[in-house]
Amino acid sequence: MAKRSFLIPGVDKRLLIKDSIKTMPDVTRRRFIAGGASLGALTLLTGCDVVDSSSAEEMLKQVSKFNDAVQAFIFNPDALAPTFPESAITKPFPFNAYYDLDDAPDVDGKDWKLEVRGLVDNKKSWTLDELYQLPQVTQVTRHICVEGWSAIGSWTGTPLRDFLKLIGADTRAKYVWFQCADKDGYNSPLDMRSALHPQTQMTFKYANEILPRAYGFPMKIRVPTKLGFKNPKYVVSMEVTNDYKGGYWEDQGYNSFSGS
Amino acid sequence: MASLTVTDEQIRATPAKVIQPAWVRVMHWINAFAMILMILSGWQIYNASPLFGFSFPREYTLGGWLGGGLLWHFAAMWLLMINGLAYLVTGFATGRFAKKLLPITASGVLHDVRAALTFKLGHDDLTVYNYVQRLLYAGIIVVGVLIVLSGLAMWKPVQLYYLVMLFGDYPTARYVHFFCMAAICAFLVIHVLLALLVPKSLRAMIIGR
Repeated sequence: MAKRSFLIPGVDKRLLIKDSIKTMPDVTRRRFIAGGASLGALTLLTGCDVVDSSSAEEMLKQVSKFNDAVQAFIFNPDALAPTFPESAITKPFPFNAYYDLDDAPDVDGKDWKLEVRGLVDNKKSWTLDELYQLPQVTQVTRHICVEGWSAIGSWTGTPLRDFLKLIGADTRAKYVWFQCADKDGYNSPLDMRSALHPQTQMTFKYANEILPRAYGFPMKIRVPTKLGFKNPKYVVSMEVTNDYKGGYWEDQGYNSFSGS
Repeated sequence: MASLTVTDEQIRATPAKVIQPAWVRVMHWINAFAMILMILSGWQIYNASPLFGFSFPREYTLGGWLGGGLLWHFAAMWLLMINGLAYLVTGFATGRFAKKLLPITASGVLHDVRAALTFKLGHDDLTVYNYVQRLLYAGIIVVGVLIVLSGLAMWKPVQLYYLVMLFGDYPTARYVHFFCMAAICAFLVIHVLLALLVPKSLRAMIIGR
């Protein structure tokens, strides 16, 4: 180890050391400034508005697709949505749509037929009377809206999986795609595992009364394991398909799986 | 006669004591970034169906509309959760939590609060947290865990039903999530204010010393 002598005649050793230390650069202070500058430089160099750029939008879309996959992975088809006693039902149950009740589809039940398309053996259309003949169950579950609010309601109808079996649907297909009578053509894809969930229902009644116009007459698909926008109302057709056909809200950016 | 000699090692500025190790600094700033994204996008989501009689100003929300806010929220959550989990594991495994945040005693907190309010609380040794710091840092970790758990409960109320039960029901989980956000915002204001009042603490969180 090299040792240097700093002895200078006539100079106070301690003061010399003190003074020389003062002239030394403050390493820590320099690093602090350099660190701060590089952080700022980083945002300048990338040259993009982190929040509104199209690259951010693209990134968010990719993450949302990744989230679809994660949700499908953790989805347990046997996990049941909690059910509630009738006393827990929210009254009045809110009407909710992207239009006013006056603009809701006014479907004539006598003319209406449910069209069945895609990967099914029997593509016959179903009248409301024919559908009413199918066995029905009632369940009281919580409807959770993508907006955050929730309400408990009572829905009665036929389990969708029973109907899919009845029409000979290929349940290995990826989606059941619903088209609705809403203005602007509401539609929504439902992944097959959610479609086959025991609580997923073709709903014909609310609170034991024929489904009123506000809640989707003549038929709503009630999926208690999905957010509200994936519970289509005023359904006019269903298609069993392997193609992802998008949906009214899904195309605008709501996460497609949106399952609970 | 004593000769005054200095070794080469001593001539080079001896490195200052590390106050914040690199992993703490990296995770702190990742968390700060993720937290801001989560709060601003969360305000956007809140505005779609406000719990109380107010909305957050649009200028302070992220995403442009509910759908955009949700995309940001469910993207930034990965950053927040993975970073937060790594922080918790490292904090416990290295013994940092036990060493820095414990013990927290009522008398210690009272003493330091009184000292702080009379501007007598010293910050000479940044490696030792005072009792107010210990309480706030430990508290905000608990709030961080709660806000993630209540968020997960709302995201997967069927799959993670036991989490919903932990909070009572779905609407309650929403309120818990909101109040945790409010607590984090309050913490953030105090935290940033104090960091600016004691700039060397901010320096330590950036360069470590």
